[in-house]
Amino acid sequence: MRRVLGIAMLLAVMLAAGAHAAPPPVRIGSKAFTESVVLGEVARLSLREHGIAAVHRRSLGGTRILWRALREGDIDAYPEYTGTLVQELLPGTPADADLAMLRARLRPLGIGVTDSLGFEDSYAVGMRATRADALKIATISDLRAHPDLRFGFSNEFMDRDDGWRGLRRAYALPQRDVRGMDHDLAYRALAQGAIDLTDVYTTDAEIPYHHLRVLRDDRHYFPPYRAVFLYRLDLAQRVPDAIEALRALAGRIDVQAMQRMNAAVKLDGRSETDVAAAFLGVSAASPVQGMAARILQRTREHLALVGISLGLALLLAVPLGILAARWRRLGHVVMALTGVLQTVPSLAMFVFMIPLFGIGAGPAIAALFLYSLLPIVRNTHAGLTGIDPALLESAAVMGLPARVRLLRIELPLAMRSILAGVKIAAVINVGTATLGALIGAGGYGQPILTGIRLDDLGLILQGAVPAAALALLVQGVFEGLERYLMPRGLRPGVNA
Amino acid sequence: MFALHRVQVRYPGVLALDDVSLDFARGQVCALIGSSGSGKSTVLRLLIGLVRPTAGEVRVDGMPLATTSLQDIRRRLGYVIQEGGLFPHLSGRDNLALLPRHLGWTRERIAARCNELAERVRLPVSALQRYPAELSGGQRQRVALMRALMTDPPALLLDEPLGALDPIVRHELQTQLRDLFDTLDKTVILVTHDVAEAAWLASRLVLMRDGRVVQDGGIADLQRTPTNDYVRRFLDSARRLPERPA
Repeated sequence: MRRVLGIAMLLAVMLAAGAHAAPPPVRIGSKAFTESVVLGEVARLSLREHGIAAVHRRSLGGTRILWRALREGDIDAYPEYTGTLVQELLPGTPADADLAMLRARLRPLGIGVTDSLGFEDSYAVGMRATRADALKIATISDLRAHPDLRFGFSNEFMDRDDGWRGLRRAYALPQRDVRGMDHDLAYRALAQGAIDLTDVYTTDAEIPYHHLRVLRDDRHYFPPYRAVFLYRLDLAQRVPDAIEALRALAGRIDVQAMQRMNAAVKLDGRSETDVAAAFLGVSAASPVQGMAARILQRTREHLALVGISLGLALLLAVPLGILAARWRRLGHVVMALTGVLQTVPSLAMFVFMIPLFGIGAGPAIAALFLYSLLPIVRNTHAGLTGIDPALLESAAVMGLPARVRLLRIELPLAMRSILAGVKIAAVINVGTATLGALIGAGGYGQPILTGIRLDDLGLILQGAVPAAALALLVQGVFEGLERYLMPRGLRPGVNA
Repeated sequence: MFALHRVQVRYPGVLALDDVSLDFARGQVCALIGSSGSGKSTVLRLLIGLVRPTAGEVRVDGMPLATTSLQDIRRRLGYVIQEGGLFPHLSGRDNLALLPRHLGWTRERIAARCNELAERVRLPVSALQRYPAELSGGQRQRVALMRALMTDPPALLLDEPLGALDPIVRHELQTQLRDLFDTLDKTVILVTHDVAEAAWLASRLVLMRDGRVVQDGGIADLQRTPTNDYVRRFLDSARRLPERPA
């Protein structure tokens, strides 16, 4: 048993040491869509041109995650849209609020806002031009005559008050077949005819590419979404020039420029860094990592997520399982609690951890840690309570103290079951850790997310294949470990 | 050395021992006999603290068991059960070394004691490298007996130690056990349902039935002056071989 704990801790420490260096001063965040990531890179590179060290934590998730990360101080700035501020982040703000009013309302929260970057990226809805022509649909009002149309909206649009719910009310839309999906998958579904209508951003590169018709908002439902940077006001004390550098971006990006940048990333397959650097007329200067180096780095990040969470879980779950086996009533409580944890959907679990641990690897490790508890606690408990009572009595009547009995007799006899639990937890963690990319934890989830965003199957496979391979490897390692740790007398096939 | 004074043990719904008083003198070999459910194993389990009396008192060396440390008592007892109770994850040698190691014995002292006991119970020392599952039934019971004797406790409690062995091995071990008891000078309390085995190994037989002592004495007393018909029937149940035709 000591050997198992030792190995786990060693693994955790090694991985932790390799995982993260100290964070540089200015942290830019971006949402999980191309334009936001490009703007994040534009911000990072222009800060760099001003001689300010900056990092970009890209593709962190949706508005809520970025807003919370900014308010909690996990990031210093991120690109946002005025419409989102009005509709979503500053409740009670009049729909026609101008930037001065927004600025006044953000100040008490410790948040500042730049002037408009020069373009609007408003919400709109679009459908294939051929289909729109066939049904003679040009405006959103025209949709009312076609109740059988299938709508597929991005999950964020589905959930927001100023999204589908408000749109349906404003236009009294009758459609019933409405589902939420990933924004980038929605384009693919639209192109393949699986849905008829989706929400688009007016700067999306896909609009010309897929020959989509943006329906006219004849009732002026969608508010203007001017692009701005939000930043923490305390940045003025820490890195005063940073705010100046962000403000200097105002008015420099027009809608065509943004559409071109989006297209360059999404359709031409160029990196956000290259595109942002080309726009600013500076060198990308990010050492281009080869695929092997990239995969290696992601492997390190992924292993850190899985290894640290698993190691910590071992430290807590094995003792919990022992206590649960010893005191039946406590056992029921422990099992129920860890069972409830397991039912929390993984995405929700990751998001719940943000207020506690910020963004990045911390909350992901915390979430994976919580998921690891149940299999280990349960199997430790099952292993200990499954020991032949005659053996427990034999141990007791030898006059050995409880601690020695636990270490020398009970835990070794329960070892097979405990190891099986750890193995289950490890394999599940390898899979679940891919979701960590949503909150900036890196790992194999990063290329999967980016691949989904860019509709790039190759990129998805760059994450999915190593993740699957790692799961198999972990399984194999544990089977080897089992053979090594399992006392000979307990191995199958040992018989007189 | 051990005494039960008006002891009652009640399990939910069952009276396992009913007003039992017994005295076990130092150095005596005593067999508890009776059919299953008679309460004979419960007596052993009382002495080693696995069961507490619901009434009455258990004394060890004159001290009430409740007031002494269970761990101290247990270290002065060797206990062997029917299947040996050997730990399957430890080799024979590690099973033997478990308690001595905890008591701080040196490696050499443990090895010497293992060799000495192996000779006593006539077990080849090489068999100690094997795991319980790799040993025969007789070898397992020999190792279990060695484990009980490792720290040379003054008393041995044996619960059907030969119950699961085939007749030839059983006969062989009966012979060795008697030699062992003769030379070791230990207090031995043996539970068995085999009258012949009890008579062969023990000088004193305690016949129990339904949680009570029916008769207590030497085999000759039980044969000559049975206190009631049950004693007679129990003794007669030990079947003899039919006469060989001439």
